[in-house]
Amino acid sequence: MIRSSFTDRHLHWLFPLPAVLFVALLMVFPVLYTFVLSFSNWNLTSGQPADFVGLRSYARVLAEPRFLHALGRTIAFTIAAVAIEGLLGVAAALVLNRAFVGKSVAKLLLLLPLVATPVAVGIVFNLFYDPTIGFFNFVLTSFGLPPGLWVSHQKTVLASLVLVDVWQWTPMITLIVLAGLAGLSEEPVEAARIDGASEWQIIRLITLPMVLPVVLTALILRLIDALKTFDIIFAMTGGGPGYASETLNIMGFKYSFEYFRMGQSAVILVVLFLVVFSCSMAIMKLRSATEQ
Amino acid sequence: MSQVVRKALVAVCALGFAAGGIAHAQTKEIRVLLANHPYGELLKAAIPEFESASGIKVNAESLQESQLTTKLTTEFATSSSSVDVFMTRPLQEGKMFYKNGWYEPLATYDFSDYPKNVMSVASFGPRTYIVPLVTEWQVLYYRKDLLAAAGLKVPANFDELEAAAKKLNSDAVAGFASRGKGAAAVTQLSSYVYNFGGLYLDKGVAVFDSKAAVDATRFYGRMNGTYGPKGVTSMSWENVMPLFQAGKVAMWTDASVFLGQIIDPSKTQLGADKVGIANFPAGPKTNSPFIVTSWGMAVAKQSKKKDLALQFLAWATSKELAAKAMLSNITMARTSVWEDKAVLAKVNPGLVETRAFAARNGYPLDRPYMSAVGEARDLIGELIIESINTRGTSPNLEKMAKERVAKVNELLQDTGEYGR
Repeated sequence: MIRSSFTDRHLHWLFPLPAVLFVALLMVFPVLYTFVLSFSNWNLTSGQPADFVGLRSYARVLAEPRFLHALGRTIAFTIAAVAIEGLLGVAAALVLNRAFVGKSVAKLLLLLPLVATPVAVGIVFNLFYDPTIGFFNFVLTSFGLPPGLWVSHQKTVLASLVLVDVWQWTPMITLIVLAGLAGLSEEPVEAARIDGASEWQIIRLITLPMVLPVVLTALILRLIDALKTFDIIFAMTGGGPGYASETLNIMGFKYSFEYFRMGQSAVILVVLFLVVFSCSMAIMKLRSATEQ
Repeated sequence: MSQVVRKALVAVCALGFAAGGIAHAQTKEIRVLLANHPYGELLKAAIPEFESASGIKVNAESLQESQLTTKLTTEFATSSSSVDVFMTRPLQEGKMFYKNGWYEPLATYDFSDYPKNVMSVASFGPRTYIVPLVTEWQVLYYRKDLLAAAGLKVPANFDELEAAAKKLNSDAVAGFASRGKGAAAVTQLSSYVYNFGGLYLDKGVAVFDSKAAVDATRFYGRMNGTYGPKGVTSMSWENVMPLFQAGKVAMWTDASVFLGQIIDPSKTQLGADKVGIANFPAGPKTNSPFIVTSWGMAVAKQSKKKDLALQFLAWATSKELAAKAMLSNITMARTSVWEDKAVLAKVNPGLVETRAFAARNGYPLDRPYMSAVGEARDLIGELIIESINTRGTSPNLEKMAKERVAKVNELLQDTGEYGR
């Protein structure tokens, strides 16, 4: 009887308790642990136990030119990938929002890159990119164009990786925007059409402003994901040639599992966390401003 | 009613635990981590024989080499490991594993069948921790048909190597190839450095900014940049080997371990008669290619079943299995298998000859031998890429080498290995 009344009185927190515990154990704890680790000098190659060193690991990592280059690359990769995906994704959604023959087949084809495993995509694109026996150079040389080095050269590797990311993730933007377009009222568009507005004017001045909050939501999701991109880069180049495609995530992995400098790896991941967090906050603010 | 159900549940659980405990106590079981390496595969196939003879159940897992290091490190560092025996790379992780106390000392193992230089990387201080398994050395693979058609003899020194590469190089076939992918290329550059008279480390101090080492790096860059396949700076052996197998490379310097795969008719478009193997060419100063213990086997310090683990180790590193492996062209570390005429009669003669040369003249390291070897390899890898991209002519190479040497020395100081 007593037990039953206790349950009744605390029902409001007993029900969500498993979910709260799940989040705390699997999300909050690792993040907090990484923060704590970032103030230590835990380095398995020294064979010494970890010591608290305050901000010394931060000072050492942040002063590394390699870290600054990785940060720059992470931002460049993200901006390039998300901008292209945003443009292509919205354009594709506007096209698919219209009635045409073969629309359902086009939608199905659009979904295919999304369901592919990133590592498998990376391996296949590596075969396409191979400078000697790759498909892309075969096509280029067939048209009399000079072959490229793609992921095999420092100057072209990042752009080549962006291309893969665009191929795989543009459909996601398209799908989200398409759902947003389907939910829009037809009336403003019809009214504009009666008033003699051109198709371009309708898209630019009516459809796009109305669907903008949805586009921004899609961009936030992609932005967070692109900042954290790991699988495609790791599978295709491992951050190379040299460090030419090393982003913060790849650098963090190398520091952990190739250099075994756990404390300094935690610093890199904390910085990545802060970058992702501040970008997300900025875009969410922008989104709420556009909604108002 | 509910009380009866509860009591019944408790009883069932207690019985379950008890039964589990008894079963656990009765089953002799060990966990073994193997590498995706021909010897790991051979062991895996032979494990049922060991199980039936010993009554010990072996739970074997196979992993790619870098994943194996990561898994072992993660398990050992978090003290959560149930691994009893594992394959290990002495030159890559040996020092780090030893410093962290992850290897069990092997006091009772008989090491009399192993050469002295091989044992140098298996021991730390007075104790030995690793049983050497596989050795490999650097060789020159070449296309017999292409050299014959061009009227060339097999290059015996770097000048001849370059002249041959120049003559054989065409749009369809790269005259020469060796790994160009930064860190992965460091082991292959090593023999060039030795033959120019340089070293990576000398008595615990980084010295790869010496004139000899920089000249070697320039030569390696010139060879790969001028006569190598397109995109060689992103190529490890996994990328060069298929090109060689497809007939798109005339000469390739790499480890002896790949011979089996490039003459295997099911894996190559070339016939075995078109592929030759020769001693690594001599450099301006000497001819001392690397000959290293690439794989060994060890017992985990954390193992709670050390008796069973040692029993498995003795079987897995036995002379009988070593002889069996030699028949599959897996080059083993035991001396006796290289003296067994019945075995040698079935091993590729090219391997026997090049091994004899490397054993006499070779150097037992192919990378900077230090705990922070992963980072050191990345730093030297930057020099290799710079050299290849500029075909060995980079005006910055000396300066870059000095900066990387300072960084490697910093790593040696961080890990307490500087000057040792």
